[in-house]
Amino acid sequence: MKIAVCIKRVPDMDVRFKIAADGTSIDETGVKFDMNDFDSWAVEAALQFKDKDAATEVVVISLGPDAVQETIRKALAMGADRGVQLKTDKIPFDGLAIARALVAELQGGGYDLILFGKQSADSSNGIVGAMAGELLGLPVVTAISKLDVSGASGTAKRDIEGGQEFVEFPLPAVLTVDQGLATARYPSLKGIMAAKKKPLEVKAAQMGNPAVVVAALELPPERAPGRIIGEGVAAVPELVRLLQTEAKVL
Amino acid sequence: MADIFAFAETRNGEFRKIAFEAVTAARTLADASSGGHVHALLVGAPGISAKAAQLGTYGADTVIVVEHPGFERYNPEATAALAAERIKAGGYRVAVFPTSALGSDLAPRVAAKLGVGLVTDVTSVQMQGDLVVVKHPVNIGKVTATVNITSAPALVAVRANTFTPAEQPRTATIETAQPVGDPTASRVVVKEVKLGGGAKLDLGEAAVIVSGGRGLKARENFKLIEELAAAFGNAAVGATRAVTDDGWRPHTDQIGQTGRTVSPQLYVAVGISGAIQHLAGMRTSKTIVAINKDKEAPIFKVADYGIVGDSLEVVPALTAAVKEAKARG
Repeated sequence: MKIAVCIKRVPDMDVRFKIAADGTSIDETGVKFDMNDFDSWAVEAALQFKDKDAATEVVVISLGPDAVQETIRKALAMGADRGVQLKTDKIPFDGLAIARALVAELQGGGYDLILFGKQSADSSNGIVGAMAGELLGLPVVTAISKLDVSGASGTAKRDIEGGQEFVEFPLPAVLTVDQGLATARYPSLKGIMAAKKKPLEVKAAQMGNPAVVVAALELPPERAPGRIIGEGVAAVPELVRLLQTEAKVL
Repeated sequence: MADIFAFAETRNGEFRKIAFEAVTAARTLADASSGGHVHALLVGAPGISAKAAQLGTYGADTVIVVEHPGFERYNPEATAALAAERIKAGGYRVAVFPTSALGSDLAPRVAAKLGVGLVTDVTSVQMQGDLVVVKHPVNIGKVTATVNITSAPALVAVRANTFTPAEQPRTATIETAQPVGDPTASRVVVKEVKLGGGAKLDLGEAAVIVSGGRGLKARENFKLIEELAAAFGNAAVGATRAVTDDGWRPHTDQIGQTGRTVSPQLYVAVGISGAIQHLAGMRTSKTIVAINKDKEAPIFKVADYGIVGDSLEVVPALTAAVKEAKARG
């Protein structure tokens, strides 16, 4: 099998973000970056096919500045075979622009499966995978948390509000990965050494003009500071009183 | 004057609440452009047309109904083909979709078919000259983006529980239309849908969410959470990632960065320390209550009302007090 995984480098969210002077981007000073969680699960899902059949080739593709090479190397260290950077100075917000650039690379690649994370932690639109699949004219199943492939077809589970959907699809297909499908392995030391020698091709990204542009970023209003109303069971009557008279939710 | 399209989501032949929210958002846009019309698309198995008039209650001027046995369950490819064709033919300025398991699958397919811009999880939407301007949370809700969509139409998927359904009754014109192609010929087929108990409220639609974390110490103690939720009556049960990773609860119950984002009227966090990944999923709740034995836990920084104490003692007492308050009316 031949599997492509599209991954994104995103900021570590465990910080207090500052808006940059341009008003439309994040001040990256002191911000760490890593592979988007959902994307790391997509890489893991691909590698599990490779674990079962060593002839499987796993190609990781990432759009962005040269810093994304670090993210690609991480996927190679996990066990992917080769990487492709689609080079652009800045990752656009517009999902369709990103999808077009990825499709230019994916088209004609002969992939049986093309995997994406369900959504990125930074732009949080969750649309690139489905758009890319649609542009490629391939079957698409989004937000899968279970996957079985047998021959030229597959079944997947999608979590929906209050339940699950079980979906059948033919290969080749585009799938986006939700929590629960796979937990990402840590790169081994051997993997990290091997990754340095694996091929990483750099190509110019072909995106076209975006139709969606960030005009401004702002920090949402802070919640009023929290208040501890008491300790233990003794505080319960006061809580109920506040829920009734102040919050009016009871 | 701009006409606005809305996709009305159904499940098992019934509207989901977000269908009315999408129509409400569309109505607001149409009214802001002096005299625009709202056209809602209703897709389902034969018989769904009986529901169409209900969309008029929330401001739909026209309901386009497409019935076919192939639409009994969500049919991604046939629904996308149909929505794309209707949007193209209707010349709409904005097309409104739900941000939901269905809408998040459907909207990007339609946007790609039309080659137009889409923003999901939108918390506000306005037309400003040639632009459609939306607000959309980024970086797990720690930053709010104002985003311009320059394409016509602009596609937006509205966040659940954000555009409160408003009754603006009118008698909607019902138009029947045909599917595009054969809906039974789709490559991607939903073979089965399993729903977890008919009465169970969905996290996205519940007014109250009672959520549990590792502080509950054991899987079986989650019944205290369920009992508190039952005492509120209109509550759903949520969980942290630690708890779902341990298999105490299904992943579908997880609230946070990699799970569901919720905005209920009341969020009760029990035995939850308040990691940023969890806060990302619930910080926009109207009122937050936290019960935790560690008074330094970060959850208390966002909790309107905090109780420091052992969850296993405080929760049963709260359950009893809520029942009593409900009984008093």
